[in-house]
Amino acid sequence: MKVAAAPGYNPGRVNERKILQGTGYTLMYLGLILVALVQIFPLVWLLIFSLKNNQEIFNMAPFSIPAHPHWENYVNVWTNGNIAQYFVNSVLITAIALALTVLLASFVTYAVTRMRWKGRSFVLGLFMVGLMIPVHSTLIPLFSLFLKLHLTDSPISIILSYVAFNLPTTIMILLGFYYALPKEVEEAAIIDGCSVNTMFFRIILPMTSSVLATTAIINMIYNWNEFIFVNTFISSDKYKTLTVGVQNFIGQYTTDWGAIGATLMISILPILIVFLLLSDRIVEGIAAGSVKG
Amino acid sequence: MEKVMSNKLVIALYVLPSLLLIMGIIYMPIVLTGYYGLNEWNGIGKMTFIGLENYKHLIQDSTFWSSAFHSFELALFSGISLIGYLLIALVLSGKIKGANLLRKIYLIPMLLSSVAIAQLWMKIYHPTNGVLNTLLMSLGVDNPPAWLAEPSIVLLALFVPIIWQYAGFYILIYYAALKNIPESLMEAARIDGANPWQIATRIKLPLMSEVIKVTIVLSVVGSLKYFDLIYVMTDGGPNGASEVMASYMYHKAFRSFDFGYGSAIGFFLLLVCLVATYLIRKATASKETIQYS
Repeated sequence: MKVAAAPGYNPGRVNERKILQGTGYTLMYLGLILVALVQIFPLVWLLIFSLKNNQEIFNMAPFSIPAHPHWENYVNVWTNGNIAQYFVNSVLITAIALALTVLLASFVTYAVTRMRWKGRSFVLGLFMVGLMIPVHSTLIPLFSLFLKLHLTDSPISIILSYVAFNLPTTIMILLGFYYALPKEVEEAAIIDGCSVNTMFFRIILPMTSSVLATTAIINMIYNWNEFIFVNTFISSDKYKTLTVGVQNFIGQYTTDWGAIGATLMISILPILIVFLLLSDRIVEGIAAGSVKG
Repeated sequence: MEKVMSNKLVIALYVLPSLLLIMGIIYMPIVLTGYYGLNEWNGIGKMTFIGLENYKHLIQDSTFWSSAFHSFELALFSGISLIGYLLIALVLSGKIKGANLLRKIYLIPMLLSSVAIAQLWMKIYHPTNGVLNTLLMSLGVDNPPAWLAEPSIVLLALFVPIIWQYAGFYILIYYAALKNIPESLMEAARIDGANPWQIATRIKLPLMSEVIKVTIVLSVVGSLKYFDLIYVMTDGGPNGASEVMASYMYHKAFRSFDFGYGSAIGFFLLLVCLVATYLIRKATASKETIQYS
């Protein structure tokens, strides 16, 4: 079947094409919705089984909603064991690493894009090459390094690793934004007798607040979900984050699916809530973070 | 102005903390990984220099080669799935109602930790109580496979959640790139009688080539160093059927306490990632840069 359109106007042909496009459109649309369902159904199922007991999970149809939801699954996993502790650790480590990364990355990007000095492109290059280094290739030396410094089983090792590995991406997202800042603002500030520091904190940081929010969200998703560093460096429950804690916790509940479901829901809810509140920013941020690479 | 903006002390204060951090946490460990790989070392005791012995062993280690082969298989699958993501993004970027909502739904799995995804999919794949086999049995399949326990299908079974996790991410990148192409170009082509297929292949794809290159690098390199999901879901099993380079390195170093050999694997992984990045960049290098703005 030929679909190539004739340049001349031909009513019959146009009509035929419209019908064809109509059916195609519907089929494509159905396809897109099908993909969306596939993306969402595992999570719906998770939510449903987190509210059931084992008997209901294994005997009822997978997507049927229990008549009496077992909210106590959530209460039980929150109060038995260390989930609350893991949760607090995750929040603290995520927040501290995120704040440090965004501040340090802003400093570097400012110095590289707005200030004048030799070697700035080389320094920028060092940060950008960091994007390609697999975390795993640094794991063994980092472990022995932290062991020597008595930083294994300490949140400091985790925070330092998160900041270092997040700096390249964060700087990359900030770069385009800093290059686009108008020079006149700086000139006016300097004429008014402003120092570099005052200018950076009083003028530049506030001007970049929207892109800072984007980088903060991307950092948050990474830090909240990170697994291998915590799994390798941290051994005591006191310092474990939710990701690793959940993994160990589930090991004790191999048979109680309701408890497992509730634990998983608790670990993913904060990110889902942030996503529901800020989804536009996150979508733009992820797009910005990768397209400019 | 010149003087204020080239203040050496300020530049040092802004750049050095971050620079020292990536030197200590990213670059120095890479050099050390290369060095540890030349030693026999259990991680705590004395290090014995053995030259290239670990690398000789690596070449003869059939488990290592099968794990490398599995990593390459994952990279190949991921590379191929990009075509599907591109098609979805092309359809989504056409005038489709609810495109924004759809791409947000697609993105949700990307926000979750690998541990949560792994645990969720282990429940989906559960041989008797999982939602997949429950559905298959209700459709009349008598003996549905134990997905994660069968060497011949385990890698494919692991690949499904990987696609599920990253689909939204790549669709979003492609979608953002497509939305950056000025509508006037497509309008002009339409007036000249181009059909949607011609517009996609002759205008949209060439203008997205940079972004497509970035995604090929991201997905291939990402698959080569893939770890978290496999570590949680199968731990390389059954019988090594899903062992990949990163998990093999982890097992050698942190389970068998063969840090020298683990480092050799880690260094090999680093080289593979860098070479893959270089080769993809070279293979997809365009002779001319296409600009439309």
